[in-house]
Formats: sequence, structure tokens, C-alpha cells
Amino acid sequence: MVVEGLSKHYPISAGQYGGKTIGHVRAVDDVSFTIDRGKTLALVGESGCGKTTTARLILRMRTPTSGRVTLDDRDVHQLSGADLKWFRTCVQAVFQDPWASLSPRMRVRDIVAEPLVVNKKLSRDEVRERVGLTLEKVGMQRWHGDLYPHEFSGGQRQRVALASALITEPRLLVLDEPVSALDVSVQAQVMNLLKDLQADLGTAFLLISHDLATVRYVSDRVAVMYMGGIVETGDVEQIFESPQHPYTRGLFDSALPVHPSQGRRELRIHGEMPSPLDPPSGCRFRTRCQHAMEICDQTPATTTVEPGHAVSCHLFTTGSTN
Amino acid sequence: MATSAESSSVLEVKDLRTYLYTRWGTTKAVDGVSFRVNAGETLGIVGESGSGKSMLALSLVRLTPEPAGRIIGGQVVLNGRDLLALSAKQMRDVRGKEISMILQDPQQSLNPVFTVGNQLGEAIRAHDRTLSHDQTHDRSVAALKNVQVPAPEQRLRTFPHQLSGGMKQRIVGAMAMAYQPQILIADEPTTALDVTIQAQYLRLLRELQMRTGVGIIIITHDFGVIAEACDRVAVMYAGRFVEQAPVAEIFDHPKHPYTKALLDSRPRADSRTARLQSIGGSPPSLNDLPEGCRFASRCTYVIDRCVEEYPPTLLVGDQHVAACWRSEEAPWETP
Repeated sequence: MVVEGLSKHYPISAGQYGGKTIGHVRAVDDVSFTIDRGKTLALVGESGCGKTTTARLILRMRTPTSGRVTLDDRDVHQLSGADLKWFRTCVQAVFQDPWASLSPRMRVRDIVAEPLVVNKKLSRDEVRERVGLTLEKVGMQRWHGDLYPHEFSGGQRQRVALASALITEPRLLVLDEPVSALDVSVQAQVMNLLKDLQADLGTAFLLISHDLATVRYVSDRVAVMYMGGIVETGDVEQIFESPQHPYTRGLFDSALPVHPSQGRRELRIHGEMPSPLDPPSGCRFRTRCQHAMEICDQTPATTTVEPGHAVSCHLFTTGSTN
Repeated sequence: MATSAESSSVLEVKDLRTYLYTRWGTTKAVDGVSFRVNAGETLGIVGESGSGKSMLALSLVRLTPEPAGRIIGGQVVLNGRDLLALSAKQMRDVRGKEISMILQDPQQSLNPVFTVGNQLGEAIRAHDRTLSHDQTHDRSVAALKNVQVPAPEQRLRTFPHQLSGGMKQRIVGAMAMAYQPQILIADEPTTALDVTIQAQYLRLLRELQMRTGVGIIIITHDFGVIAEACDRVAVMYAGRFVEQAPVAEIFDHPKHPYTKALLDSRPRADSRTARLQSIGGSPPSLNDLPEGCRFASRCTYVIDRCVEEYPPTLLVGDQHVAACWRSEEAPWETP
């Protein structure tokens, strides 16, 4: 899947009942990336940085203001009819909260079967067989299909959501904070399951997360987002071992330590994210950046610092790396 | 006031038990928990959801849900006074003045239809009805300055929805710290906050502690919070503390297999992990607890004795206690 120059701007209107549009919130602004077959790309950022909106655009849950999302060279937002069914079997999603994403009135087997029934013509027996197989794939038993979601724990529910997403054998699975609602000991189970499934099925993942440890464990490539734009992309080791953009570095410093001996590090990001209604011109991070220069009020170009590792920051375009 | 040798210990909890009586049976949410907190010290209580850690926090301030929740035994001694023996009216005086609490979600602890000034003023006037309007205002401004809120006068006139999550959590902190309590309980204080704000908030708590000497209890499920902000740690499992130790000890030499398993199940941001060790199974129901060790059914190192008899809590090192039959040999420690 290729994403090019994707943007979503929401109008702000004056007054309570619509009226004149007085500006736009640029929730996602000129975002481009590629997700390779069978690989995991992680979108990392704080809340409000546009990562979930990006996921929704990819899933066709929102229409982009500009830009293209293409799957196999086909523009996802231009699809209709049978092509749309094809798209929906190719791309599926798992959301954060398994208490909210599963219908309490459907049995697990019906929840899991639904994407298949909607998108493909199969006989009842075939559907039943596929549901059974998929449940086993995510580490559950066939008879679990007869139960209702409330009878399961959080980890088990997330497995159900995963089974439902995987039943159409999608090529891309969008995972929006898949483990953050789960307990620590269960998070590990689900993350291991995700890795196993990817190895078995060759499904590509788009992982949306704010948790750096999860990202490091699960992903191959990482894109760091800040206020609607991607500030740095690279392979997971490049990003974690040699983060370049001041925001990425600051984000890593703020991550809570793994061991108490690391507790006294310096925090490099101060203050909070500015209002998206009135974002800073040029580089959006400049209001919180300790390296901010005069030139930062102009939009920085994206520079490749090493193969596969790109940064959008003036520190790298002017050649004056700290 | 206690001025004896134990004077540094501000809060002492002894064998606290809080049970919930429901139609489906008795839930032993807190089942015999003992610990102490010294002045200027931060104790972290870490556990999974359902381990009873929030019910423990509520018990300390006597706000367990009525009528199901009842504190059926033990003592909560604050400055030599057993809080459980106080009348409801006396307790109202203590709560918010000597012992305060910050809840997880600032969104839900602030009322959306009143201004910050209203709510902060109410918290301040709750303990001193004689304060005039102006005095309340001044105290509110001071309380906000105390938690490093910029432009406090303006903040007082805003409504909660106009503020960010981090700012709201600071305001809740200002309310809790308005009377300089001796104990501050923070139940998952940073879970609802962004990564960059989390660290800032924990630093703020530390800074407040340096200035006022408040003893802090942080309840969390995140070992990152423990590593960042705590001096000592208690690990809670199925209503009981299974281990208590200084923070570095817990990370380097866990003496309970549950602590060890929890630590191993965390992914790390600072190095590449090949595969996470997950804990199989799930915690026992608090309605129907086993006779022996409560972790036995999930434990890799289980022996017969574990199933038969609950292990005593023994001293296994300097300020380090654990409740495990095998903590002496600690077979989970790699040589």
C-alpha cells in the first residue's frame, strides 16, 4: 500500500449552527508512506497528532481532502461495487477497546463470520469451517464461538476482534492501539500472537501506537507524527538507535525508564502541544524545540540522512547538525 | 503526634481487609495488607487490574463503594490516629487535609459545568468555612502556583473543557495539595496523559514532595512509572502484597516469581527483544480464592507446598519482604 500526500482538513465554522467557515484544522497534512507486504509500519505520536485520522483515511472511513491511498496501484477512494468488496477483504482493522468494538448481542462465531458473510459468497458449512479455523489460529477453541463477548476477558476479546479481522485473509491489517487497553501480562500474549500471525500469514500491519516499547517490539518501520505531519521515518533500529529529529529524541527521553537507574535523565520537551486551530507556521514543532532557529518558520524539506531514514527538519537541510 | 523512634513513618497500615459483599458472593478485594509510608517517600503499588489496588486506595480514605464494600478489619494509622476508628464527620475533616487523593482520569474528577475557580474554591472552603471570597481566591491562586500552572488568575475563570489533559491533572493535583497533606494517594495519575506529559507530571509530584515532605502512594500497573517516580515498591496480586522492597531491589533481585514474570513480560524501548515471556492463564477470582498461594496456578516454579499452604511474608533482604515458599533459593534468578 502506498500513501501519497494524504491530507484531511476539517472546517471550523463560526457559530453553533454551521455558518461561515473560518478556518481549517489540518488533522493530517501531506503525509506519505509505503507499507510493504508482510511488514509492520508503526505510526507513533502523541494524542491529537493525527495518527488515528490517518488510519481512518486508509480504511475509507473518511474521505481525504487531498492525496491518494493506493493498494496494488488502485486508488482506494475511487473504488466502487465489486472492487470495494475486494478492498474490504484486503484491508481489515482491529481497534483499541475490545469492550466497545464487539457487539454484545452477537455470538462470537457470528462476529467472526461477519466480514466473510458480507464480502464473499460461501455456503454455511464453509463459513462455519473458516470461523473454526480462524479461532484456532488466534489461539482460541472452536466452542468459544458459541459464547458471547461478555463471557471473555480483555485479552480473549482482543483475540476475537483479531479473528474477525483475519477471517477474510486480509493483506493489510490496521491495528489502532491494539494492546493499550489490556493488562501488562496480557499485552505480552497479544503482541506475541501478532508476531506469530504475521510470520504465518504474511499480513502487513499498520500499527498505531503511542507506546514506544510496543512499537519497538512489533514493527519493522516507524513513522513519527507530530501535529498532522510525519517528522521522521526509518527502520525501527535506525529510529530507536539514532533518532535524528528533535521531536523524536524528546519523545524517547520522555518515555518512562525501564530501570530506576535511568530515572534522572533530562527532559528535552517542555510545555504542551499548541492548539491545532492555530498551528505554528513552518515547522510545527518549533515552539517546543530547543534547537529552534529563524529559518524554522518555513516548512522544512525532507532529507534522507541514511538509506531508508528520512527527517523533516532544518537542522539537516542547512547542514548544521548539532 | 508521634515523636518516638518511629516518627518518620507517617502512615502505617496494618492487616487491612476490605471485602465486597455482592449477590454473587464475597469478593476479597483487599485481604490482609500491611505497609507503611515515611515522610518524603514515594511508595509504588503495582498490580494488574482486579488485583485490588484501587480498592486499597479507596479504603485508605474510607471511600469504598457503599453498601457492598466494607472495611472489615485492620488499621490505617495516620500520625498515630486510626482513621478507621473516626466518625464519618471526623473523617471528612481529615480527607483532603491530611490525606488526599488524585484519581486516574482528570476528565471525570472535574465537573464540566463549573469553572476551575469554583471547584478549587470549594475544595479549599470545605475545610475552612470562614474564608472570605477574596481569601479563597488568593488561596486558589497559591494552590495553582504550587503545581506550576502558568497564569493562575486566568485559569480560575476557565472551564475544564478548555484545558488540556495535563493541565486538568495539575488542577486536580492543586486541589489535593491545597492543605499540604501528609499523604497523597495517586491512583494511576498518568495513565490518561500523553507520553511527554507523563514524565513532566511525575517530575512535578517529585518536586512537590521535595518542597512539602508529603508521603506519596502511587498506584499503577506500569513499571515505567515505578522506575521513574518511586522509592519503594509493593507488588499486589489477588488482594495481597506478594513482595515489598526498595525500587532497585525489585528490578534487580525480585524474590517473588510473579514480580519476576511481570518484569519479563514488558517490552523495552531501549533494546530489541526477541520474544516476550508472557504469563499464562489469568488471576484467580477474588470470590473463590485458593487455599494456598494465589499465584500457584500460573507459576512456573510451583511445588506441592504452594498449593497446600499460603506462604508467610518473610524478610528476604534489607527492607525486602516476599511471600513465597521458594524466595530463599529464588530459582528464577539467572546465575
